[in-house]
Amino acid sequence: MFRPAFRDQLPAATQSNTVSSVLATGLLRSYGDSCLNGPGGLIDMTGLDRLIAFDRTTGRLVVEAGISLSDILKIVVPHGWFLPTTPGTRFVSIGGAVANDVHGKNHHRAGSIGCSVRALGLVTAGERRTIGPDAEAALFAATIGGLGLTGIIEWVDLQLVPVPSSRLDVEIIPYGSLDEFWAIASESVVSHEHTVAWIDCMSGGAHTGRGAFTRANWATDGVYEAHSDASWKAVPVEFPSIALNRLTVSAFNEVYFRAHQLQRRRQLQHYATYFYPLDAVSSWNRLYGRRGMLQYQCVIPPGGDRGVIRSLLDRIAKSGQASFLAVLKTFGERTSPGLLSFPRPGSTLALDFPNRGVETLALMRTLDAIVAEAGGALYPAKDGRMPAPMFRQSFPRWREVAACKDPRVNSDFWRRVSLDD
Amino acid sequence: MTDAAKRIVILGATSAIAEAAARRWAKAGGRLVLVGRNTERLEAIAADLAVRGAAAATFVALDCASADAEAELATIVADLGGVDVVLVAYGVLGDQRTAETTPQAAAEVFRTNFTSAAAWCLAAANVLERQRSGTLVVIGSVAGDRGRLSNYVYGASKAGLGVLVQGIAHRLAQQGARAVLIKPGFVDTPMTAAVARKGLLWAKPARIGAIIVKAADKGGPVVYAPGIWRWIMLVIRLVPASLFHRTKL
Ligand SMILES: Cc1cc2nc3c(=O)[nH]c(=O)nc-3n(C[C@H](O)[C@H](O)[C@H](O)COP(=O)(O)OP(=O)(O)OC[C@H]3O[C@@H](n4cnc5c(N)ncnc54)[C@H](O)[C@@H]3O)c2cc1C
Ligand SMILES: NC(=O)c1ccc[n+]([C@@H]2O[C@H](COP(=O)([O-])OP(=O)(O)OC[C@H]3O[C@@H](n4cnc5c(N)ncnc54)[C@H](OP(=O)(O)O)[C@@H]3O)[C@@H](O)[C@H]2O)c1
Repeated sequence: MFRPAFRDQLPAATQSNTVSSVLATGLLRSYGDSCLNGPGGLIDMTGLDRLIAFDRTTGRLVVEAGISLSDILKIVVPHGWFLPTTPGTRFVSIGGAVANDVHGKNHHRAGSIGCSVRALGLVTAGERRTIGPDAEAALFAATIGGLGLTGIIEWVDLQLVPVPSSRLDVEIIPYGSLDEFWAIASESVVSHEHTVAWIDCMSGGAHTGRGAFTRANWATDGVYEAHSDASWKAVPVEFPSIALNRLTVSAFNEVYFRAHQLQRRRQLQHYATYFYPLDAVSSWNRLYGRRGMLQYQCVIPPGGDRGVIRSLLDRIAKSGQASFLAVLKTFGERTSPGLLSFPRPGSTLALDFPNRGVETLALMRTLDAIVAEAGGALYPAKDGRMPAPMFRQSFPRWREVAACKDPRVNSDFWRRVSLDD
Repeated sequence: MTDAAKRIVILGATSAIAEAAARRWAKAGGRLVLVGRNTERLEAIAADLAVRGAAAATFVALDCASADAEAELATIVADLGGVDVVLVAYGVLGDQRTAETTPQAAAEVFRTNFTSAAAWCLAAANVLERQRSGTLVVIGSVAGDRGRLSNYVYGASKAGLGVLVQGIAHRLAQQGARAVLIKPGFVDTPMTAAVARKGLLWAKPARIGAIIVKAADKGGPVVYAPGIWRWIMLVIRLVPASLFHRTKL
């Protein structure tokens, strides 16, 4: 593991012959093996966390790749700017966010983060290059969502968006069935910038897909307050794995759902509360006990998505395998330049399962079959197990990325999915 | 005067610890002059500090170990129109074994960490004395508290610097200015990158940076960073040689 302190150290770091291959890593918030490089070395980018330029009038921000979204927001929010889109945690690096072409609750408006990247500094084959939509466009497209394979992202030139407040006007709408979800979703994408639904995964039949839909627009009060990183809650000890069995999750979901169901609510929330609820609970993943959890996130193309989402949820309810957090969102039409980007038109369902070993893996294989049949795809940032053929089928341009791969770079994920069987 | 931007000169501004302190001064709207020997790195740090809120962040590229301290500092301070903080941060760890077998290597550690640093400290003391204000902050090390077989050449250079700063603190106290010696324990920076396992006693540069910024305002004249090292080093100094000599520390 090498932790550069200055950008000029990167070319030599990738060429070092003390390791067979290298891989850049950010804040290690990916769940699978895309940020691992078993036989090779890692280049920890978090020491490269400097701001290079910030134009307060145009919102153009240039930063070193290792800076966290959290640190970016602390700098730009007081001046009325925000990230074009953000994942559900602010503790990711901008380089990692680009390498996974992350999406947020506003995908239907902003697309994924790659849509707002103006240029990148890339260290590839030992050279420092500047790439963008108009400069080495093929390499740029391979690098957006490129899982770090094309080289090391040294810096990112990002277009921020102006916001009228640091708070959002949030509406929480409990709903009772999937049909209701689709109705609220299609109405909300027109009226609201941010939409997402939390789903109670334990209920089947007529209640399948019931949950709470939240939608939001920025408030207009002109008040700008950045967040602070002090976390207000901590999960102190690991829950025994047994604690999170079907009954507890079911009870949790019931309580959560009921709490929301009491009434449709509307409130002003700070962006940290709205976008990053889990960041407030440090080590929240301890709730899952020592064996941790397994993530599963798929996207189902439009057309068949309503039926497919229903069958996925039915399978999960029947399996009795509790998913604690299940999130459903419709993606918009805006396409990213990224060749390996996960977001595409359709609906995305994100689940996390307490890891119960073979049983959980078997369920995931069943879900795989449904996703593959529907022409869907799984999110590499949350995957440590999808079969190679499934990856190649759902990311058909993977060979173009392979052609741009820096020969010095490799990852466990890539070895797994690119291996010829 | 309290409302005016603080004027800060950092010697060895590419140090991770110094950069952490600089970020705090920048956020508070300070005017910084960064001195170091790598232009590209100084440029990157200066740009970052400017975005973070520094009223000004400029740099001077020179080798602190061989520059004419008195003359260089005079120019910098004249440009700034006075100075509120001078931070002496640069240093080298050296390799103890090499220093024992190669006299030039030991001399190099002394020249960088002591001889040249002392010249900058004396130059700064003269400036602060004339101004009757401002603080000299110098990064020493807990390694200067007791000579140990694993790093006594480095330790001696920091111990010498420590006594010098102690004397300057005494001198300036009677002139309205101050001098503070910071003694960090283990800090996770490029200087200590070779240490593979970093346990509980290791601090992040951000923590030491915060201590430095506070020490520039008040307290001192000797600040262990973090404070627990005052007690750890007290114990280490008290261990009798008969026992100490049986360890490999
Ligand atoms: C609680 C939680 C919520 C999340 N919510 C969302 C969400 O809503 N939407 C979403 O899209 N994702 C979401 N994610 C996933 C997360 O946004 C991505 O995994 C993100 O890429 C992690 O960034 P990181 O800095 O931790 O990168 P890492 O996990 O360290 O690395 C991720 C990938 O980026 C590569 N990489 C990192 N830095 C560089 C660099 N400088 N140059 C080249 N390659 C690099 C790595 O090689 C690896 O392939 C969530 C994750 C968590 C833990
Ligand atoms: N890290 C610790 O555990 C620890 C503990 C106690 C004390 N300290 C002290 O803390 C101070 C800062 O060190 P650090 O931990 O922040 O390590 P660091 O990041 O490696 O910083 C040391 C800096 O000193 C600079 N430098 C060395 N010789 C120089 C010269 N002749 N002219 C100009 N600059 C020179 C180096 O610049 P180049 O890149 O140009 O070489 C480097 O930026 C040092 O005095 C060190 O002795 C550190």
